[in-house]
Amino acid sequence: MECLIGFVGNGFVLTATDTSAARSITVMKSNEDKSRDLNKHIMLLYCGEPGDTVHFAEYIQRNVKLYGIVNGIELTPKAAATFTRRQLANSLRSRKPYAVNLLIAGHDTTKSTPHLYWIDYLGTSVEVPFSAHGYGAYYCLSLLDRYHRPDINLEEAKVLIRKCIDELKTRFIINLSDFKIKITDKDGIREITI
Amino acid sequence: MDSFVNRFKKTASVWVDDGFANGFVGIDGAKGLNYPVFELPACDNAPHTDENSTTECRIKLQHGTTTLAFKFQNGIVVAVDSRASAGSYIASQTVKKVIEINPHLLGTMAGGAADCAFWERELGRRCRLYELRNKERISVAAASKLLVNMVYSYKGMGLSMGTMITGWDKTGPNLFYVDSDGTRLKGDLFSVGSGSTFAYGVLDSGFDFDMSTQDAIELGRRSIYHATHRDAASGGSINVYHVKEDGWEFINNYDVGDLHWEYQDQPKPRLTETAQPMLNIQA
Repeated sequence: MECLIGFVGNGFVLTATDTSAARSITVMKSNEDKSRDLNKHIMLLYCGEPGDTVHFAEYIQRNVKLYGIVNGIELTPKAAATFTRRQLANSLRSRKPYAVNLLIAGHDTTKSTPHLYWIDYLGTSVEVPFSAHGYGAYYCLSLLDRYHRPDINLEEAKVLIRKCIDELKTRFIINLSDFKIKITDKDGIREITI
Repeated sequence: MDSFVNRFKKTASVWVDDGFANGFVGIDGAKGLNYPVFELPACDNAPHTDENSTTECRIKLQHGTTTLAFKFQNGIVVAVDSRASAGSYIASQTVKKVIEINPHLLGTMAGGAADCAFWERELGRRCRLYELRNKERISVAAASKLLVNMVYSYKGMGLSMGTMITGWDKTGPNLFYVDSDGTRLKGDLFSVGSGSTFAYGVLDSGFDFDMSTQDAIELGRRSIYHATHRDAASGGSINVYHVKEDGWEFINNYDVGDLHWEYQDQPKPRLTETAQPMLNIQA
């Protein structure tokens, strides 16, 4: 029932995640942040098996951070996505694979370009202009197909993500009460309200 | 297991009763492997195993339980029922489901009684070691993370626990929900167990952060009472704790049978126009 949405705009990546933590039929928490910052310019959004998600995300977060400390240079979004994909792919053939789906949103400071990577629990990784995970994908992908442009500016992006969230609120049977919306650009990662 | 072991044995297993190796096969020549000839009890617990469960070996909740904890202006109230059940059998009406980890930390029990008791005792040991090593008390966030890391390493192996870790540390009152899936959530208000839905109903509708300590204790007690009324697997008596800056305090134990007659004579509260929908599942 979880939902991650993200798309690339002109010089930024905008992402939205639902904020509910449910167990069985009960919503245990309605303001959970389902993302971790890998470094100043890359964030990792996660959904999937409870327990696995946070554990895997923090594992990736610390290793990417360690790389930055050891080498004195930060990973690019592509490098972070490649590393993360490899960890998931290795986990897939282990006794207990991580069942975690991810979006990696980042700003490449070397080329000053925004990037979004879609990664699933099987270790599929692909760079995309826009994407979504979970049931939300069934509603949002068509909207993004229709309205998304690579040169979309921040004001338009806010309208577009609003459209996606409104659609989920009207058509999706599960009440996803709130979404956390974040921007990644040259200035770093920040949360915005729309 | 037997077929696996027999592949590496010269002879099939036989029952030997030679006094000191009672119930076990004697030393078998060069292999030197002792193992019981009877079925391992863990392999034959059909009555306590839920076949329809999504995971391979989900043990039926040994506790039909209702537990709750919530933050308010004067700290945290923790309230729990006291029934232990195995299937339809009520095993006990006087279980202590609040585990006193140390004078500043409390844990609640739901799910497997043994799992909760064992792992929260282990948590208590680790918290004490932390205290001795660092000369300061562990934070609630760190304590709950210790617990979740311990149970996460056993994920998928049949552990069953849903617990709340509460306490007061440098940052103030803290409340965390931790379960055997490896989920750990920081929050203001949680209820766990088979009766949790009933408790949530009363708790969410009557909650106010600025309520007095007395009102908060009464709300916790009433929420558990209503859950025990509707949930057959919850009952017995209610234990209430109050977590304060200088540690937790045990408030009292209330028999739900006595409470039933007490509450029955009280009038239902008046529903006013100003009643606001309660949205307290915020951190």
